[in-house]
Amino acid sequence: MARGTGSFILRRLVHAVPVILIVAVGVFLLLAAAPGDAVDAYLAQTGSGDTGFAAQLRQQWGLDESLPVRFLMYMESVVTLDLGWSVAVSAPVTEAILVRLPSTILLMTSAILLAAVLGSVLGAVAAMRRGSPLDGTITTIGLALNAMPGFWLGLIFIVVFVVGLGWFPLAGMSTIDGPTDPVGHALDIAWHLALPVITLALTYMALYMRLMRGAMIETRASDWVRAARARGLPSGRIVRGHIARPALLPVVTMLGLQAGAMLGGSVVIETVFAIPGLGSLAYIAVSRRDLPLVAGVVLAGTVLVIVINIVVDLAYARLDPRVADERVRSGPNR
Amino acid sequence: MRLGGWIGATWLLVVTLVAIAAPLLAPGDPLNLVARPLIAPFINPGFPFGTDQLGRDVTAMLMHGARVSLVVGLAAAAGAIGIGILVGTLAGFLGGRLDTTLMRITEAFQTVPTFILALAMVSALGASTGNVILAIAISSWPATARLVRAEVLSLRQRDYVDAARMAGLRPFDIAFREILPGALHPVVALVGVTVGGAILVESALAFLGLSDPNLVSWGGMIANGRAVIRTAPSLVAIPGIAVALTVLSVSLVGDALGTRLAPRSRAYA
Repeated sequence: MARGTGSFILRRLVHAVPVILIVAVGVFLLLAAAPGDAVDAYLAQTGSGDTGFAAQLRQQWGLDESLPVRFLMYMESVVTLDLGWSVAVSAPVTEAILVRLPSTILLMTSAILLAAVLGSVLGAVAAMRRGSPLDGTITTIGLALNAMPGFWLGLIFIVVFVVGLGWFPLAGMSTIDGPTDPVGHALDIAWHLALPVITLALTYMALYMRLMRGAMIETRASDWVRAARARGLPSGRIVRGHIARPALLPVVTMLGLQAGAMLGGSVVIETVFAIPGLGSLAYIAVSRRDLPLVAGVVLAGTVLVIVINIVVDLAYARLDPRVADERVRSGPNR
Repeated sequence: MRLGGWIGATWLLVVTLVAIAAPLLAPGDPLNLVARPLIAPFINPGFPFGTDQLGRDVTAMLMHGARVSLVVGLAAAAGAIGIGILVGTLAGFLGGRLDTTLMRITEAFQTVPTFILALAMVSALGASTGNVILAIAISSWPATARLVRAEVLSLRQRDYVDAARMAGLRPFDIAFREILPGALHPVVALVGVTVGGAILVESALAFLGLSDPNLVSWGGMIANGRAVIRTAPSLVAIPGIAVALTVLSVSLVGDALGTRLAPRSRAYA
């Protein structure tokens, strides 16, 4: 399994390279289409500059070159991971992104897992009680949560649980003078991330609920379940092992496809809860019109989604022994 | 689900009528200061939903905000679906290298986190309504493209396509007049999701201050209410409920239409 896994990961990474290149080209074209360039942004930030100084900066930074030359310079910078300087946070773009990446990874991973678990469990309950009022209620609640803007739900939670009940902290990743021992620090971070993770998970849970419910309704009627019942297996074991487990496959597939949407959702969630992650960095970059930082965040977000997809595919292969060999051998086929 | 579809359709009808009639029901610029600040909702019959911290009429803002949400949501979804149908039909029908290239591009667009792509576009091109519509459309088309391509691929093999080819129809006509109408069925199910998603993205962009500052938007109202959330939470709650109800209604109507047109899938019932 280990050797197959390694080559699978390698193949997926190789497959990802053209995608990243296309995104890089797209980002370059977008930046080229923007009125004003990095020099304008820099001068606006520092508050000075006549046309002579601007021209000098342009020559220094290579911005007076023709479009194809600039494109080559840009691709070179992408490949060497030197994504320029961010005037918004006064740091190299690459460094600004890497510093904030762990927070977002923690937030996203927790939210994806929570959404998948909640969605599967509720979907399973709805499927087993199909047609009952409970089924309708669960489905409607899921749809309603899905329809709410994530930032709005976050604000409501803040009003109720932070301002009203005081159960959770208002903002940030950790208390400034909080515990420094590993366990205490971890718990402190968990306490701070609880509301953002719950908000993000609830907003995206509905899709997994529907998938799980739909898939379980189908597997429930399948031949192998009938055979298991005929063999006299206990009902609980049938539900868990024979009905629910195969039904998880579409849910797991969707986890990867939803990763991009959830990363987008994390932008507003991180901004509302003041989490210093990639999402809030995106907002800072956009509000200050710091285009190199925007470009860097787009690329970083894309890479993150690709990595999440690879991890999800590996999980899928673990779950479904039928396709484990196929997936490892033939790569993505969606 | 059928009941849900009717409830959703009713709410959408109400919102659409209010949006169209907004200049009559609430004449003047909704951003004008018209009364004492922070009048609570449901108390004053002249201001059913109260006023905000600057003294603007929340009811008027809600009505005018409905126009922005609906126009942007529908236009962006139409753009996304249009691009998706075009790309999907071309890729599915022509096949070969063009298909592979188009699918790689589709995959690239699908891999970039959708909201971050919309953010980048608004940041680069400026925060006008047109740019917001463009940004949302460009981040949402891949799903439709994939679906249409799959349908076109399966329909390509059918007999009536061969008949059309033998009758001498040009490839363009075969693709867009014979195959495409049949491939549109599953797209109907996507319309609800796409429109709902577009409305949510528009409200998020407005919340972050990235939409047209001269227009009222429900997302912008939520951002405005955030400043006084402890004293007047209704300023955040009410516009958010409006967004949620509208997106939920779009989902319910989309679901009901999907069930109507594709009853073979048991998973829907």
